[in-house]
Amino acid sequence: MIDMPALPPYARALDMRIVDELDGAPVIAMPFADRVQGRPGFLHGGAISGLLEIAAIAAIHRALRAKGSDSAIKQVNVTVDFMRGGVDHMTFAVGEVTRLGRTMANVEARAWQEDRDKPIAMGYMHYLIRAKREG
Amino acid sequence: MAFGKPDLSSISPKGATFDPALVNKMMGKFGHGGFLNMEYVGHGGDWVELAIDWREDLVADPDTGILASAVIISLMDNATSMSIWTKLGEFRPQVTMDLRIDYLRPSPSGERVYGRGICYHLTNSIGFVRGFAHNGNPDEPLAHASGTFIRIGDRVA
Repeated sequence: MIDMPALPPYARALDMRIVDELDGAPVIAMPFADRVQGRPGFLHGGAISGLLEIAAIAAIHRALRAKGSDSAIKQVNVTVDFMRGGVDHMTFAVGEVTRLGRTMANVEARAWQEDRDKPIAMGYMHYLIRAKREG
Repeated sequence: MAFGKPDLSSISPKGATFDPALVNKMMGKFGHGGFLNMEYVGHGGDWVELAIDWREDLVADPDTGILASAVIISLMDNATSMSIWTKLGEFRPQVTMDLRIDYLRPSPSGERVYGRGICYHLTNSIGFVRGFAHNGNPDEPLAHASGTFIRIGDRVA
């Protein structure tokens, strides 16, 4: 379904880019701008969630490909913890596939700004894995 | 950077009844709410409904036209946040502590998404919220949300 590393339109609209790699997962960066701002001077929680989502999808695609799988994914749910306000800085996020089974995957994504040990938000996602039909 | 966006407290002064339609004119016009073009739909004593039109640049999966899940998160974040001020009857500074979304089904390509946020309990520090998203018929929800907001600091004079 969602192909990586070509980022989807939503990610491109918010100027997200793959800038690095961490433990085999792409690191996604998102610059601060009016279109991602919530209360004045701070990132909107939804924009942070969007960065977490793209990082999670990128990580799971990488993990599926490493297994030689071309399965599609479908998100079931997400919980986002907002820990710190995101300010006028570049924001980074990376996903970690904590479990990849045949029918579902658990993914954690972390977003940070200047210090990766001080996350501004964490996302916990469940995805259904669906084998692609032949033809 | 404030990007010229006025502070929320300035258009919802202390003592004035909170007006979600008026406040959304700002929250839905500037910043991320403006990018998503969130529109006010309606409200009651403890709920606010907002909507976002489908747009190609909000899509996460170009093959199906399904919106990014975070578009629904942003919608529910704003609607539930405003439901707290609506129930309270006035603006108070707060931030989202956590938010959970269950996606019951995808929102079809091209369809407008409505998000209804409900504040079901308020304490001095925490607003407890839930809500759901739909495509025009509230009896056919596409997502459910639940979360908490925490009050921050004091009202800016």
